[in-house]
Amino acid sequence: MRTLHIKLWRNLWTLKGQGGAIASVIAIGVAMFVMSFTSLDALRASQESVYQNQRFAHVFANLKRAPESLAERLREVPGVATLETRVQAPVNIQMEDFDQPITGLVLSIPDGQQPQLNRLFLRSGQLPDAHRTDQVLVSEAFAEAHELQPGDRLSVVINGRYQQLLVSGVALSPEFIYQIRPGDIMPDFSRYGILWMNRSAVEAAFNMDGAFNNLSLTLSPGYSAESVIAGLDNILAPWGGLGAYGRDDQLSHRYLEEELTQLETMALFLPLIFIGVAAFLLNVVAARLIRTQREQIAVLKAFGYNSFAIASHYSALVLVVVLIGSAIGVFLGVWIASGLAGIYQEFFRFPWLEFSVRPGVALAAIVIAGGATLVGTLSAVYRAFSLPPAEAMRPEPPANFRRTLVERMGITWLSQPSRIILRNLERQPVKAGMSILGIGLAVALVMLTGFMRGSVSYMLDVQFRLAQKQDITVTFNEPAAGRTIHELRALPGVRYAEGFRTAPAILRYGHREYRGAVQGYVPESQLFTVLDAELQPIEMPREGVLLTDHLARMLGIEPGDILQVSVQEGRRPELNIPVAGLVTEFIGVGAYMHRDTLTRLLREDDTISGAFLAIEPEHQSELNRRLENIPRIAGVNFRENVITAFNEAMDETVLMFTLFSMVMAGSIAFAVVYNNARIAFAERGRELASLRVLGFTRAEVSFILLGELLLLTFIAMPVGFALGIGLSWLLTWGMQTDLYRIPLVITPQTYATGALVVLTATFLSALIIGRSLAKLDMVSALKAAE
Amino acid sequence: MVGTETAQAVFHTRGLTRVFRMGEVEIHALRGVDMDLYPGEFVVLLGASGSGKSTLLNILGGLDAGTSGEVWYRGKDLSHASEKVLTDFRRYHVGFVFQFYNLIPSLTARENVAIVTDIARDPMTPEEALELVSLTERMDHFPAQMSGGEQQRVAIARAIAKKPEVLLCDEPTGALDSKTGIKVLEVLLDINRRLGTTTAVITHNAVISDIANRTIRLSDGRVSEVIDNPNPVTTDQLHW
Ligand SMILES: Nc1ncnc2c1ncn2[C@@H]1O[C@H](COP(=O)(O)OP(=O)(O)O)[C@@H](O)[C@H]1O
Ligand SMILES: [Mg+2]
Repeated sequence: MRTLHIKLWRNLWTLKGQGGAIASVIAIGVAMFVMSFTSLDALRASQESVYQNQRFAHVFANLKRAPESLAERLREVPGVATLETRVQAPVNIQMEDFDQPITGLVLSIPDGQQPQLNRLFLRSGQLPDAHRTDQVLVSEAFAEAHELQPGDRLSVVINGRYQQLLVSGVALSPEFIYQIRPGDIMPDFSRYGILWMNRSAVEAAFNMDGAFNNLSLTLSPGYSAESVIAGLDNILAPWGGLGAYGRDDQLSHRYLEEELTQLETMALFLPLIFIGVAAFLLNVVAARLIRTQREQIAVLKAFGYNSFAIASHYSALVLVVVLIGSAIGVFLGVWIASGLAGIYQEFFRFPWLEFSVRPGVALAAIVIAGGATLVGTLSAVYRAFSLPPAEAMRPEPPANFRRTLVERMGITWLSQPSRIILRNLERQPVKAGMSILGIGLAVALVMLTGFMRGSVSYMLDVQFRLAQKQDITVTFNEPAAGRTIHELRALPGVRYAEGFRTAPAILRYGHREYRGAVQGYVPESQLFTVLDAELQPIEMPREGVLLTDHLARMLGIEPGDILQVSVQEGRRPELNIPVAGLVTEFIGVGAYMHRDTLTRLLREDDTISGAFLAIEPEHQSELNRRLENIPRIAGVNFRENVITAFNEAMDETVLMFTLFSMVMAGSIAFAVVYNNARIAFAERGRELASLRVLGFTRAEVSFILLGELLLLTFIAMPVGFALGIGLSWLLTWGMQTDLYRIPLVITPQTYATGALVVLTATFLSALIIGRSLAKLDMVSALKAAE
Repeated sequence: MVGTETAQAVFHTRGLTRVFRMGEVEIHALRGVDMDLYPGEFVVLLGASGSGKSTLLNILGGLDAGTSGEVWYRGKDLSHASEKVLTDFRRYHVGFVFQFYNLIPSLTARENVAIVTDIARDPMTPEEALELVSLTERMDHFPAQMSGGEQQRVAIARAIAKKPEVLLCDEPTGALDSKTGIKVLEVLLDINRRLGTTTAVITHNAVISDIANRTIRLSDGRVSEVIDNPNPVTTDQLHW
């Protein structure tokens, strides 16, 4: 047995090229797997730990105003463990050197103290002094965007009054891990911030002495949010309650969950594909590698080694490669994961990250990769072993060949080298098929990791150029009279303005519900268009509501069904509105109606909640200043900012992920093609050397080998394209959320990238193989056996 | 077949050595070979296994180069020739026949010959070449469908189709039974006679030297004996 082990190491050394390629495929598969699960684990663990330690509330409620004494009654609602009241209010923030409007939310904390629930984590500085009314904590994301530090000053307009505040600290809250302005689709840290101030200061500024307008609570064990919500709503209704809601509807939590779900899809899907492809390749490559060892196995067998000894010998050989690859993969995966976690932290504002590697994850990856490799190895060893030694030791008898299909179809003008290529491929269709599938998968992986860019820009194009053409969206504090639109039209730089009415509402069908809004638009709108499945404009129907297709799927509702709408504003009517049709939207979901019909159902006169503006860009700064000084305007959104924010956010999460994947896909492509070439070279070496003997030049001989490689690659292209489309479709399908749905758009660039990466891999392999071809030993080819 | 007036040798070697380096061991396969082959003659290279026959033939055929000494082909120095010159030499001037045939399994008999005639200057047609080795009937068969003797005859047809000046055969009968082997020798002799191709045949079977014009005996990397045979016998008088 010792000699056998010496042979093992020598074998390993002579096979180092292919072994290296196998090890790198394993490393990549394992790394992708470990990286995805580890970074996802980190986010999940951090979420849990932060929620727990910072006492993130279970139920939240907003109301118009209630006296603090009401809190006692609320605490008696069965299921309430801890309940804390707050005052919250919108603010406008002004920063020097930043000429665009910034909005924010001020939340109260007990004077100079940590709140009981949703406790703050101080990154720097300290809580406001209990006796001062001008100190403020700012959220970290906002502080970073404006380089704010404790001791800095901040100008705000609170309740129409200008005030100078002193930053006492920079804080993070479990309520704002995903810090996003309500109604936005992507965070914009420089234009939206969270501020915390002493309760007495906020009460004074908002005329809320001895009152509250917001509360949060934790549940006693055994109680569900639903039961408590019903009790709260009863008590809060007379005080202008806007409907209590659980974590599922808490903005940060919901978005965080959606993002995590999306990452989970990617984290599960991509690595599984990677490791699946790797496993497939390993199986094929290991099997072929062992086949080249045919004679050696026969000799060992002739000496009396039994099949178990030989099988374990080759398994050991393969396991060494698996272990080297896996070790590299685990380290690489953990390393990238820690980098990724940092990138995610930019986006998900966790006060701290729980980063740990589950041994199970690494183990699972190794078992999948190693198992596939071993199966390939053992089946090949078995086949080699079942040959009688005498037969296996002789040179393989000339294999059976026949004319290929193309020749039988009448194409007879082929050169002899072309015949060799075609007949070789056709003689072993399974092997050729495996090679094509392997190369095709490499193409597909590159496409899969690359198509997202094009899809995202298509998604933004449809949403912001085709459907929504307004430059600015203005939202009011409260619904205003329809004629307010003239005021906006008269502003400098406004080319055109259109009012819309949107009412927060719970949309229900059967037992499913969605917290959103019904939105009323003028039917002849020039700035807002709803699109059908073919992206053609749909006219806003007089009656009924149009739903985003994804929202309809979420609710399980179809055109013709009746949607229940519980409006959460004004007279809070319960409406039953038929679904008139579906609209295609890639970003957000909505329920759209004729504005007049909506106001009629709300039993209002002509009212608007905001307006779309088309502007002349050269007047933008002046317009900003004017808008900022209109008290009824609560928010101003710029289309370009939304697009930029979206692109940045995509860059930071999804695209980072895909960039890594792209590098890995490229390496896999190279490993596949190179191994194919290497094995083809081993199998054809003798034939090629014979041709050199007959006076063929190196170039002529290379044609036979590299021609086969290229032919396989070309056949693999369309196969890869088809696989790429399929896998990409699966990915977009798995990543659908109500925030956005990335459409499956595969641009010519995506195809080109897939083809290019694989062709480059082919070219590199050809170069390396070309060097071996130059060193081909003619004389040894004339001897009986290799 | 040898005219005494043929002064110009086809091959001419002086002091040819070949040393193989295997790690720390040096194997002296050729220790100074002086030898001439003349136009149109049929020469048998005889010698024990390991005496350097194949090494010598490979160097003559441009597959290998000597360590020292001279090799001339029709007045051209092969010992310092470039890779390109050697490739052209093999392509246009030399025909090889080997013990293990070395046919391309994916090509039929005709195509195995065509692969050489496609790149040669003024070759026979593959059909003519196969006719010379009496394989017209088996032209469209693949190697796997032919016997060893038939495969070797395809190899000979492939070697002669380019109408080479020299035919180098390394144990062409080595893998064949005696009856088939004799048939193959007959083909070689026939071609030597009809086309005047200078032919060198390696064997360790002394009987075969009876059919040659000359026998060169190698032992331990040197020419130990050269025997002229003024009256070669015909193949039907051979048996072993
Ligand atoms: N490529 C090689 N590497 C090392 N030794 C070789 C090589 N080729 C031949 N030899 C050695 O050179 C000597 C002569 O070999 P060879 O010419 O094949 O003899 P023959 O054909 O007469 O049997 C032998 O000892 C053989 O082992
Ligand atoms: Mg020999």
